[in-house]
Amino acid sequence: MTAIAVSTTINGDDIEVLCQTEETLLDVLRDRLGLTGAKEGCGTGDCGACSVIVDGRLVCACLVLGAEAEGRRIETIEGMAKGDELHPLQSSFLEHAALQCGVCTPGFLIAAKDLLERNPDPSEEEIRFALAGNLCRCTGYDKIVRAVQDAATVMKGG
Amino acid sequence: MHYERPGSIKDATRLLNGAKGSAYVLAGGSDLLVRMKGGFIEPDLVVDIKAIKGIGTIRKSSNGFTIGAAVPCAEMAESAALKKAWPGVVEAANLIGSKQIQGRCTIVGNLCNASPAADSVPALMAAEAKVAIAGPKGSRTIAVDKVVKAPGSTSLRKGEIVEAVLLDKRPLRSGDAYLRFIPRTEMDIAVVGAAVNLTLDKEGVVKSARVSLGAVAPTAILVRRAANAIIGTKLDGPALERLAEACSAACKPIDDKRGTIEFRKKVAGVLAGRAAKIAYKRAGGK
Repeated sequence: MTAIAVSTTINGDDIEVLCQTEETLLDVLRDRLGLTGAKEGCGTGDCGACSVIVDGRLVCACLVLGAEAEGRRIETIEGMAKGDELHPLQSSFLEHAALQCGVCTPGFLIAAKDLLERNPDPSEEEIRFALAGNLCRCTGYDKIVRAVQDAATVMKGG
Repeated sequence: MHYERPGSIKDATRLLNGAKGSAYVLAGGSDLLVRMKGGFIEPDLVVDIKAIKGIGTIRKSSNGFTIGAAVPCAEMAESAALKKAWPGVVEAANLIGSKQIQGRCTIVGNLCNASPAADSVPALMAAEAKVAIAGPKGSRTIAVDKVVKAPGSTSLRKGEIVEAVLLDKRPLRSGDAYLRFIPRTEMDIAVVGAAVNLTLDKEGVVKSARVSLGAVAPTAILVRRAANAIIGTKLDGPALERLAEACSAACKPIDDKRGTIEFRKKVAGVLAGRAAKIAYKRAGGK
């Protein structure tokens, strides 16, 4: 085991953390920094429950080494609400009951945020394609898609 | 495990060449980390190439395009110039995995992982792409067809790194396309993949063509007889039939739950015909 010191930025805060070289970014977030919003579902990049944004790119934190976070800018679900004010997507998920057990929800929110930042007015098909890397075993996806559609309308000022 | 992030290609090849035990290149990590976690490999050294200058960019020059080994596939879709010149290569690269995987996976990684079903490889072979390789004994450039030897095995020597994929500048009236068959609508591994790249003359007759198939043999294959079937034609019915027949005949597929041999052979011909029509249209043919 080899330890490595990593300096990174998470949700705007400069962070220094010591981790093992084998550890993933997800391990570092959850076990070293106590940021447990990103979840480990599959651990192989199939389910999207660990979705985070690294330097503006949506990725699975389970397929990034902690060491790779050096000098990067990372955004997690913990940075999505501004204080007590929920992000429109978070409000919309609550309103539409777009979650049941909640394990996939942080990943869906991060992926949906990435989508709406790139495409503020997606069609239903575009939403479904963009969220195909996020698995939900409770909702059947329909409520999630409606919640994203509604949030898009709110964010456009409608 | 040692983790290194060299700033130059020279340092990267030196680290890989001098490694005692198993050494792996890390770019997007979407194959490497899965294999590490699954216990299939236990690297002694991982060389992260993303800090190497220029390796994370797509460059356009008078000769064509250079796609660096650390460029995530998502970025290929964001390059309007690349997408315009090589739409088939870009659409193949963008079929790999989800948005999350697209944010990390690279076309060079897709090639060097050496899966028979890699989506981007038939498209690159049809495009007559080359790769720039850096190594302890200097640099070399080889055709993409020469990289993958067998499933999971490449012709790269110890210490060598594929630095970039090179795509030529397009002649006028050229187009390429890639199609794959999967049982779902997205996020699956190709049962069959087919790529066609062609150039037309002023009358809309196919002047040159390359046809490549994936997931129907131990490596992606170039089917010259299929290309010859459409050269000199405007993709009329009999030409497309000959193309399909040549593709089906070239397949040496496995028989598994995802597709029988008979099915894969048939679908290879059908997809190649459809891809040829798309490429023809993109080249400006009517």
